[in-house]
Amino acid sequence: MLEHILTSNVVLLGNIWADNSWIAEKVLLATWETIYMVAISTGISYLIGLPLGVILVTTEPGHVLESKGLNRILSTIINAVRSIPFIIFLILVIPFTRLIVGTSIGTAASMVPLSLAAIPFVARMVENSLKEIEWGLIEAALSMGANAWQVISKVLIPEALPSIILGVAITTINLVGYSAMAGIVGGGGLGTLAYYYGYQRYEDMIMWVTVIVLIVFVQCVQMLGDKMVTKTVNKRR
Amino acid sequence: MIEIRSLTKIYHSPHQDILALDNVSLSIKRGEIFGIIGLSGAGKSTLIRCINMLEKPSQGSIVVDGQDITTLNQNELRQARQKIGMIFQQFNLLSSRTVFDNVMFPLEIAHIPIKQARKRAAELLELVGILDKSHVYPDQLSGGQKQRVGIARALANNPKLLLSDEATSALDPQTTRSILKLLKDINSQLNLTILLITHDMNVIKQVCDRVAVINDSHIVEVGDVLSVFSNPGTPTSQSFINAIVNKDIPEEYTQSLLKTHENKFSRMIRVSFIGSAAGDPVISSMIKKYDIDANILYGNIDRVKDVPFGNLTLELIGSREAVEESMNYLKTNGLEIEVIQ
Repeated sequence: MLEHILTSNVVLLGNIWADNSWIAEKVLLATWETIYMVAISTGISYLIGLPLGVILVTTEPGHVLESKGLNRILSTIINAVRSIPFIIFLILVIPFTRLIVGTSIGTAASMVPLSLAAIPFVARMVENSLKEIEWGLIEAALSMGANAWQVISKVLIPEALPSIILGVAITTINLVGYSAMAGIVGGGGLGTLAYYYGYQRYEDMIMWVTVIVLIVFVQCVQMLGDKMVTKTVNKRR
Repeated sequence: MIEIRSLTKIYHSPHQDILALDNVSLSIKRGEIFGIIGLSGAGKSTLIRCINMLEKPSQGSIVVDGQDITTLNQNELRQARQKIGMIFQQFNLLSSRTVFDNVMFPLEIAHIPIKQARKRAAELLELVGILDKSHVYPDQLSGGQKQRVGIARALANNPKLLLSDEATSALDPQTTRSILKLLKDINSQLNLTILLITHDMNVIKQVCDRVAVINDSHIVEVGDVLSVFSNPGTPTSQSFINAIVNKDIPEEYTQSLLKTHENKFSRMIRVSFIGSAAGDPVISSMIKKYDIDANILYGNIDRVKDVPFGNLTLELIGSREAVEESMNYLKTNGLEIEVIQ
């Protein structure tokens, strides 16, 4: 009896799969687009956001690159960008996107607002990670005659590494969400698929598959991040 | 080795200015272990941080090995800091590096060629006795082992001076002793000048040659450890000494004692003795010589840097002349006398 139900279900699933094989193709392509978009945007946002986070921390009063003015200007800009809702930010930077990519539609074009919006977020995440480090460690390095660069590269970043890695996972997951929003204005990836097919063409299947793929994707990113942190931390214990 | 002249440090905050050091002058000799003792908030931590400019003095000069630290530019200061080692209460080891790489850290900062640096790091770990822990991370070490790594790291660039910021305050008494012994050993082996700050008189007693007592942003007393111990000149020093040398006799007890010989003259005195005097039978010869009774109320003998040092609380009973003569006798025999009652 049980066996019968199981086989019939498998057959049923198989039929659905056969009927909807175009869905599989679409979903696979869109998933790849999302991964690609999010990975490159995360990369670019760290390329710029990490140094900005370091500057935010080290220009504070009493720190190795103390500079009240620079700190205040940078902090204000970061707050300003972060206070713009992403969906508005997307439209706001269209001229800039066109300037760089030549178009405002598609995955390449989406990466511009995604990276730009993530930069201030990354800067704050990195700032938080670096601030967890005890001042005594920096003081010890200074007492040995370390310069600012040595403090940053040999103390701040290596000591904060586990926390920075967790930040990368959080940023990536956030960017998955942002990329879906970008998808609605033609950014490509799972967002576009869910919106145009799932919502506008009432293809419920597409909607559900997209949601499941996103859930799996986010789980994987978080697990990978956690695993890397455990690995670095365990090595030290 | 270190000449501190009229050093003043004021912390400015929006609400008020805090005077952390007020016109402090000190002179520390080459090769000595010099201790600065004070309660928390007295300014000792600020003082030691001024010596390698982790805190910028508001006024005054600090000459370390002929060089005025306060006038150096950033580059010169970094060079000078490489020759001033420092160890900390919380050890401040990098958790991202192994023991070996922690010792490599100051050598990397000084751009020592890697081969030479590795050799030096191994030598230092050998010196502090934890070469076998080279490839372990600091989280796996005990407090005492961490401080040994801290000491190895501080000695990496052959400093002339070692600053110790409450280096044993987070350790248990036994580990404290072993770390202090290590400091004493490297002091004599390397002729290294050590300046340490502590709130624990036992640390001063065990390793220091000279001591300064700091209280409320001022240096209130400076001297060699024995004289400060045997004859503390200020209430702050007295309270530190009393914390480890129990000299006080409960008041109820002294009152009742004085009542028992109301018809005789009596004096309660405290006798302090240092060094060889501790071995002479001065008290017993005093009793034989004068017609008095001596009632021993309290006695204590201690060691300060291997010199015996003690005190004895006595009650002398007899005629007024006999008691006074016997007190003079003790004085002429080189004992310090303090009349309590």
